[in-house]
Amino acid sequence: MKKTTTKTKKAASRLTLGPLFFHWPAEKRRDFYFRIADEADIDSVYLGEVVCSKREPFFEDFLPAVTARLRAAGKEVVFSTLALVTSEREMKAILRRVEEGFLIEANDVACLQALKDKPHVIGPFINVFNESSRDFLIRNKAKRIVLPVEIPAASIKTVAGGSKVETEVMVFGRQPLSVAMRCYHARSHGLNKDSCQFVCGQNPDGLQTQTVDGQQILTVNGTQTMSHGYAVLLEELASLQKMGVTHFRLSPQDIDMVETARLYRAVLNKTCAPDEAEIKLKTLTADVPFVNGFLHGREGLAWVQGT
Amino acid sequence: MTPSYLELVCPAGTPASLRAAIDAGADTVYCGFRNCTNARNYPGLNFDQDELVEGIAYAHERGRKVLVAINTFPRAGDEKPWHQAVDNAAEARADAIILADIGVLDYATRHQPSMRRHLSVQASAANALSIAFYRDHFDVKRVVLPRVLSVEDVAALIKETGMETEVFAFGSVGPMSEGRCFLSSYMTGLSPTSEGVCAPASHVAYKEDGDCIKSCLGCVTLNKFSKGEPAPYPTPCKGRYVTHGQASYLFEEPIGLNAIDILPQLKAAGVTALKIEGRQRSRAYVAEVVGAFRKALDGLAQGNTESSTNDLKNIAEGGRETFGAYKKGWR
Repeated sequence: MKKTTTKTKKAASRLTLGPLFFHWPAEKRRDFYFRIADEADIDSVYLGEVVCSKREPFFEDFLPAVTARLRAAGKEVVFSTLALVTSEREMKAILRRVEEGFLIEANDVACLQALKDKPHVIGPFINVFNESSRDFLIRNKAKRIVLPVEIPAASIKTVAGGSKVETEVMVFGRQPLSVAMRCYHARSHGLNKDSCQFVCGQNPDGLQTQTVDGQQILTVNGTQTMSHGYAVLLEELASLQKMGVTHFRLSPQDIDMVETARLYRAVLNKTCAPDEAEIKLKTLTADVPFVNGFLHGREGLAWVQGT
Repeated sequence: MTPSYLELVCPAGTPASLRAAIDAGADTVYCGFRNCTNARNYPGLNFDQDELVEGIAYAHERGRKVLVAINTFPRAGDEKPWHQAVDNAAEARADAIILADIGVLDYATRHQPSMRRHLSVQASAANALSIAFYRDHFDVKRVVLPRVLSVEDVAALIKETGMETEVFAFGSVGPMSEGRCFLSSYMTGLSPTSEGVCAPASHVAYKEDGDCIKSCLGCVTLNKFSKGEPAPYPTPCKGRYVTHGQASYLFEEPIGLNAIDILPQLKAAGVTALKIEGRQRSRAYVAEVVGAFRKALDGLAQGNTESSTNDLKNIAEGGRETFGAYKKGWR
C-alpha cells in the first residue's frame, strides 16, 4: 500500500515558484510574473506578500492581470499570507483573498482559524516537524504542507512518506530564518518600521550583512532575516522524490528564474545530472555561496557535497 | 475585566531554584524535564521525575503552583519523549503544562484531557485568531504572549479574546517571533525548536585577536571587544553586524527586559500573570528578581501605583534594561 503511494507521488513531481520575499518595484514584479507565465516550466506560482503588509498596496493593481496570465498559462495560483499577522486589517485582507477564490498558503496559525473548512496549503512558517502535527493539519483540511526550511531529511522521510498529503520542500533560494515585528532593514538606516521610507526596496535580493570579521552569513529583508547563501538542493532531488515529496519550491531571487527552473526541471526529469546543473546554476548566481546544511542535519550554512 | 491580582510566575532550572523562587514569593514556578522536550535544554539544568514530584510537593504544601514546559517541537519518528513528558507531568500532578507543537497539543488534549494546557510563547500566537484556534481545538486556558507586543496591543488582545494571558516581565528579550527562529541552528546545527538550545555553550568560543577578544558561535564571529570590556554572551540576534559600512547591534542590543516600572499599566491591560524569564540563571539570581517583583506587586496590591525602587539594573542582561516592545516605537 505504502509503496504504491510513493510511486504515484513520484510520477507527479511538481515545480513551484514560492512567494517573492523582496520588495521589487510593482512593474518589475509584474513583468517577472508575466515572463514566468509565458516562459517558465513551473506548475504552481505563489503570489502574495509574506514579509510586510506595508508593501501590499503597491502590487494590488497588477494582481488581477498577473493572476489571469498565470492561470491562462495553465499554472496553479496560490495566495501566500503574511508570516506574522498582527492587525485586524491584515486579517481582513487575507479573508478577502479567500472570498476571491484563491487557494491560500497559510503562514500564520490565524489563517487556519479564518479558513475553517476550506482546503488550503500550510506554508513553511507554520511549524510542521512531525507526523502528529501533520495528521492534525490534514484533518483540519490541509491539502498540501510546505515543510519548514530547518527540517532534516530524516524527518522529511517520515512526514512526506507516511501520508498521501502533498508535501513541498524549498529547494532553491535564500532560506528565511526568522520573522519579527521589528524592521531591521529600517533599523540599519536609523529608521523604524513606521517611518521606514520603504528602504527595503533598495535591495532586490536582500541587504547583505557582514560579521565584524567580514564573514557573509545573514541577509536582511525588512522584518525577515535570511541566509546569505542560496539553498541549492539539486543533488538531493532524487532522494526527496523517493521520500514522497511531491512539490519542489524555487524561491524567487533577483536572477534568471526561468533558467533556474529549467535546470531544476531537467534534474527532476533526470535529463540532466545534478552536478552538471549545479555548474550551470553557478553561472547565474554570481558569487553567492550554496548551502544545504539543514537538509543534512547540519548547521544550515554548511555545504555538503553530493555523494 | 481586570484581574485583581497579578500572578508572579518564576523560572526554576533546578530544584534548588524552585525552592528559592517559592521562598522569595513566587505564586507559581515553571520548569522542564531534563531532555529535549523543553526550550532550556542546557547541561546541568532541569528536573527528573522524582525531582518534579518533590518540587510540586514543596510548592503545593505552601499553596503555590508548578507548571511544566514541554515546549519544543518533536522530531518526526521520535515523538515518544514528548508524549512521555505530558504523561509524566500529569502523573506528578503539575498544575498545568506549557505546550507549543500542534501535535503535542493534540496528544495532550486526547490523552490527558483534564491536564490544564497553556500555550507557550514558542507557538508565537500574536493575534486574536491564532489564540482562538488554539482555544477551540485544544481548550488552551492561558496564552503566554510573544515579546513583540506593545502594552496597547496586549490590552486589545485580552479584550478581544477574553483569554487568560501571561506576559514577560523580566529577563532576556528576543526580537524574533519565537519558535520560528532558525538563526542559531543556521550557525550551529542545533535547533532551539527541536533540541531546545539557542546558542549552545558547546559551540561558543572566545578567541584572542590582537588586543581584542572575539566571541564566536560555531564558525561565525558575533562580536569583538577590547580586553577587559564585558563581553555579552554570543547569541545570533544580539551580535554585531556590519551594514552600510558600519557595525551595529542590527537586531537587538545585549540588553535585558525589565517591566517592573510599568506593572500598573500591565495590570490595567488585564494581564493575568507576569513571567520572569531565566531557567538557565542561578538560584541567587532567581531569588533576587523574584524578591524584587514580590515587593513591587505587594505594593501594587495595596494601591501603591508609584514605581517601586528598581534595584535590578545590575543583574539585567548586559547591565542595561529596556521596556522592550511594550513601549511604542520599538519596531
